[in-house]
Amino acid sequence: MPGKTLFDKIWDSHVVADLGGGVVLLHIDRHLLHDLSGSGALKEVEAKGYVPAQPQLAFATPDHAISTRAGRTDDTFPAGGPLLRGLRQRTSKYGIRLFDMGQDGNGIVHVVGPELGITLPGTTLICGDSHTCTHGGLGALAFGVGSSELVHALATQTLVQRKPKRLRVSFEGKLPKGVTPKDMILHVIGEIGAAAGTGHAVEYAGSAIRALPVEGRLTICNLSIEMGARTGMVAPDDTTFQYLAGRDFAPKGALWDRAVEHWRTLGSDADARFDREHTVDMARVVPQITWGTSPEHVVAVDGLIPDPARAPDENRRKAWEAALAYQGLEPGKPIAGTRVDWVFIGSCTNSRISDLRAAAEVARGRQRAAHVNAWVVPGSERVKREAEAEGLDKVFTAAGFEWREPGCSMCVASNGETVPRGQRSVSTSNRNFVGRQGPGARTHLASPAMAAAAAIRGAIADVRTL
Amino acid sequence: MEKFTKVTGVAAPLMRQNVDTDLIIRIERLVGTDRSDLGPHCFEQLRLKADGTADPACVLNHAAYRDAPILLAAENFGCGSSREGAVWALMGAGVKAVIAPSYGDIFFNNCFQNGLLPVALPIAEVERLAEETRASPGNARVTVDLEEHVVVSPTGRRIAFEIEGRRRDALLQGLDDIALTLKHAETIAGWQNADRAQRPWVWL
Ligand code: SF4
Repeated sequence: MPGKTLFDKIWDSHVVADLGGGVVLLHIDRHLLHDLSGSGALKEVEAKGYVPAQPQLAFATPDHAISTRAGRTDDTFPAGGPLLRGLRQRTSKYGIRLFDMGQDGNGIVHVVGPELGITLPGTTLICGDSHTCTHGGLGALAFGVGSSELVHALATQTLVQRKPKRLRVSFEGKLPKGVTPKDMILHVIGEIGAAAGTGHAVEYAGSAIRALPVEGRLTICNLSIEMGARTGMVAPDDTTFQYLAGRDFAPKGALWDRAVEHWRTLGSDADARFDREHTVDMARVVPQITWGTSPEHVVAVDGLIPDPARAPDENRRKAWEAALAYQGLEPGKPIAGTRVDWVFIGSCTNSRISDLRAAAEVARGRQRAAHVNAWVVPGSERVKREAEAEGLDKVFTAAGFEWREPGCSMCVASNGETVPRGQRSVSTSNRNFVGRQGPGARTHLASPAMAAAAAIRGAIADVRTL
Repeated sequence: MEKFTKVTGVAAPLMRQNVDTDLIIRIERLVGTDRSDLGPHCFEQLRLKADGTADPACVLNHAAYRDAPILLAAENFGCGSSREGAVWALMGAGVKAVIAPSYGDIFFNNCFQNGLLPVALPIAEVERLAEETRASPGNARVTVDLEEHVVVSPTGRRIAFEIEGRRRDALLQGLDDIALTLKHAETIAGWQNADRAQRPWVWL
């Protein structure tokens, strides 16, 4: 029998019952709730006559529908107020830990999970949010679910699941100059497409992944869903253990040693088989920027806006044409130099301390272009405090960027913070969908350094030339 | 959950790739709008122009397709966010079944939680259905029959589709998942007790 993959090991050890036909009842170890999906789900559990089965394994943090303006209150974004109060009321009723606005531990759900050590290797973790795949960066089996599955998991601590196939994406070689984890994953999505991972669990491997700090691994796993995969993961190693040691909910003392011993057994066996493999030669990866309305619409920042006439098939030709029309771009022109109105540095993809440091490095001693609105939204209260202790907030404000409170903000624009219609934004988030940052908004995804460079130049710019 | 057995009606040919859930329902509609009121907002970014009036160029605004209970689409339908509101919006707009070559994983799951049937057929078949539909807009009828797991095209072609037995049964009977799972309550408790001993650090 061939060896097992990381994914198989975690999956198999969480099967509570085999329901037949490839379907199992899977135990859920961790459950994250946010204001948009969490309060509704708890209400629904109640309405159905159930209670949360293991409230101590659930954690809540408001992030989606709260304002990120300095001096915000519960109702700065009026529609978010009732959601926030609902989350408070129901989490307190059931004894679910809540990290409220302004408290240490609050922030974007996928930033605080790892940061607090709630996310642990070898655990199953879910959240009513598709970017739950982020937590795979610590070697957890983490995936997003819809409301019904959320309710099911709250009521039973299990989910009815079918096993996906396995895809391994290996990054081999060293990170070239100016290239970040965001560029690595955008590059892959550009190569294999936004649906390449559908029905698959992805494992990211290779020498470039092993060399990455945890925060970079989280960024890469974050975009798994943008290649269609519900879950993406990296095998835990010493880098993982060093990151987790001492974190709030990580085990301590003798229990820590036992846990690490177990975690060391989780990596894919040398003879494990994957249904598909894809390898990336890091020497070929350059800073990326999206041009269209799907994360697969991505080019090298020194490349040209693609011509639909050269699309590989008819459906893609139509998709490219529609995307260019929406984005207001002309085919065949260099993408660099495209004038930008907004820059958003934030989101669960790129709002951790290392991201803010990278952006601050570019902004330091420079000035944003006068016509650009540039926002920096830290991913969590802790990130914000750490950045302020290092003086990063001063670097940003001196460069003319706005330093804000933590939350999802302009990534999804569900808190009223939007890019105005027809305006162009360079964003460090993960989705450039039609209207994602507001109705009619035009989004280009890039790394934090590239986003900062765009703010300085007032146009899409190659960070390597700054 | 709503039961699904069979639907016959017009199929709207929205032959677009990567239709994401943001496009199906805007996030701000999910803040404060009741789940049963999402239908009118379904696909608003495609249907409406910047000034809020209906865009005549959008296929979903054609008189023939406005109330279509079946939707035809290209690859990767429902990709993106986990919002189940996308399914509620489609159902609220009267859609009972989608026919596309592939689906976003989370959306696909969400469909089965609510009684919307996502049928997977090869792109060539979906395109042929779209052509037959366009040949006689408003009159061409497509049938999606779950019991027989077959799609019947406007010209009477019968195209079999695959669906997992468990999912098919749940849709046909409109079963409640949670009640079914709680029949395993003892097994779950047993698993948890064993796990507490093996991985005590997980149990906070
Ligand atoms: S930052 Fe964006 S992608 Fe991440 S959880 Fe918030 S809304 Fe979702």
